[in-house]
Amino acid sequence: MSVFINHDTRLVVQGITGRDGSFHARQMLEYGTAIVAGVTPGKGGQTFEQRVPVFNTVAEAARETGANASVIYVPAGFAADAIYEAADAGLKMIVCITEGIPVLDMTRVLPYVRERGARLLGPNCPGAISPGECKVGIIPGQICRPGSIGVVSRSGTLTYEIVHQLSGAGLGQSTCVGIGGDPLIGTSFVDCLEAFQNDPATEAIVMIGEIGGTDEQTAARAVRERITKPVVGFIAGQTAPPGRRMGHAGAIISGSSGTAAEKMAAFRDAGIAVMNRPADVVPLIRERRSIP
Amino acid sequence: MNLHEYQARALLKGAGIPVPDGEVAETAEQAAAIAGRFGRAVVVKAQVHAGGRGKAGGVKLARDAAEARERARDILRLRIKGLPVKKVLVAPAADIASESYLGIIVDRATQCPVVMVSPAGGVDIEEVAAATPEKIFRTAVDARYGLLPHQALGLAFRLYPDLARARQAAAIMRQLYQAFFATGASLVEINPLISTPEGAVVALDAKLVVDDNELERRPQIAALRDASAELEAEIRARAAGLSYIQLSGNVGCCVNGAGLAMATMDLVKYYGGEPANFLDIGGSSNPQKVVDALTIISADRNVRSILFNIFGGITRCDDVANGIVAATRQITLDRPIVIRLTGTNEALAVDILKGAGFSALTDMDEAVQQAVRLGAAG
Repeated sequence: MSVFINHDTRLVVQGITGRDGSFHARQMLEYGTAIVAGVTPGKGGQTFEQRVPVFNTVAEAARETGANASVIYVPAGFAADAIYEAADAGLKMIVCITEGIPVLDMTRVLPYVRERGARLLGPNCPGAISPGECKVGIIPGQICRPGSIGVVSRSGTLTYEIVHQLSGAGLGQSTCVGIGGDPLIGTSFVDCLEAFQNDPATEAIVMIGEIGGTDEQTAARAVRERITKPVVGFIAGQTAPPGRRMGHAGAIISGSSGTAAEKMAAFRDAGIAVMNRPADVVPLIRERRSIP
Repeated sequence: MNLHEYQARALLKGAGIPVPDGEVAETAEQAAAIAGRFGRAVVVKAQVHAGGRGKAGGVKLARDAAEARERARDILRLRIKGLPVKKVLVAPAADIASESYLGIIVDRATQCPVVMVSPAGGVDIEEVAAATPEKIFRTAVDARYGLLPHQALGLAFRLYPDLARARQAAAIMRQLYQAFFATGASLVEINPLISTPEGAVVALDAKLVVDDNELERRPQIAALRDASAELEAEIRARAAGLSYIQLSGNVGCCVNGAGLAMATMDLVKYYGGEPANFLDIGGSSNPQKVVDALTIISADRNVRSILFNIFGGITRCDDVANGIVAATRQITLDRPIVIRLTGTNEALAVDILKGAGFSALTDMDEAVQQAVRLGAAG
């Protein structure tokens, strides 16, 4: 078992003939993901890698192939519309990898998607992987192992680092989810915590946050109130200066809120074991899992 | 991207919001000439990307042209939070009956634009929020429909009890909301929004921060960037497609991915060192980016050791290795480099580096400890 994506995921790749889209579509196929269609306007009728039919529109792709999920690799200027298109086609899981979508566009996209009963992961995220089952996005498959740790993170490569440490110690993952580094995102830490809580295959959760906003504090509250599985947490950006955006659009300490110290304190108050460095993940998970 | 007050004022004026006249001066003489034209008392305000201008002596009243010259001369000599003041805004001093606050932000929690007002204007709004949160009123707006007239008027009555002024304030809110979307802002503030003894509601100050992701589709806004208000190294980094922030430590960091970059800086600190910078070379691997990154890091004379931390995913380790080798041919590297890379094409990268006389580590903690040691020794 796993969360969000699994053996039953039938995926459409929006932007499959582009540079990033084609590269990652190949990687996903190699991993065993069921890519049932690709979409690039004007390239309908072509076939990708001799096996994936390409359509002009997502609606057509969904109708012809029974797809139920989409991953978006189109450039930032077209990505908001790509999300609307996936939602309008009735797809219920939409993963947007694209970085650079204006925040004001997202203020309109998010309620639209929600009203159509779809889940958006991202934007500006690495996607998700349920090791051994399905990979949607760009997380390198070779660093993951099937197992029982649920991983949720706002970051990309930092997630890989921590997953790499887990896998190296024989601690496999149920699903690794990258929720994205933008200020407005479709799937929150809390959504992922609840999904992991309800997933029988997940025994413990690793939550990787960073400076900026208060999503981690909200997540800590949820852990205290309704997450019974052990949670281990990390916050990146202890050395970040206030008022400077640290790469991710969402990673900025504004005023007195959003600091790493504040978030780590919220984690501790909620009973989350806090890592001081990525390498602490293995001993902390082992320690927590031994507690019944 | 931050705009200067004079730029934000012009944009708000263009949106129909009543903003008093004002002109920008780069010298004391220009300031005196502007004040002379207004023929009355003026305020002289430093135009820098830093808060707390008033406290730093960057906002002064002048009774006439001669005084405006003096005040402008003083202010143009200031550095506020390390930034030199190169321009001042000269505007007629206003008669103020009351001061309020009006701002719009995108709120992460509600995921909506939120319009905020407070009758306690003219002071730092964060202090108001901390000390007297009951004096701040907000309305979350469904961005698909925009700020509705009744929402604006409801907020306006929080500022003014009489319909005449409330109507003016509500109109300003709706114009400000339009300007917020039209400029691609992530924050816009009028502080203070004043009412005059005659009952007119006027924007006396303007602050506007634009979402960097909006700049590509808004070239007129992008053209307002004042590069002189930024550090040279950070301008060069942006041109090279790198995300770079200079700090004051001695371990230079070059990392792929913002989260890992922050975690690497934190680990430098954990092992007793101080990071010299945040630097994210981004996801795509391009040897030239690595060359640019190394050039920028080595230009910082505080740097005593340079640490690479690369987790290859989309970034290919061999591209980074090629970049490091190419950089050593283009620039003289007089400081030790510690390289950690793991992931995509790691073995290939190690061979490339070995061939050029470098060694590479695969463990993050080990690499950071080594860089901290070399940074302390250097």
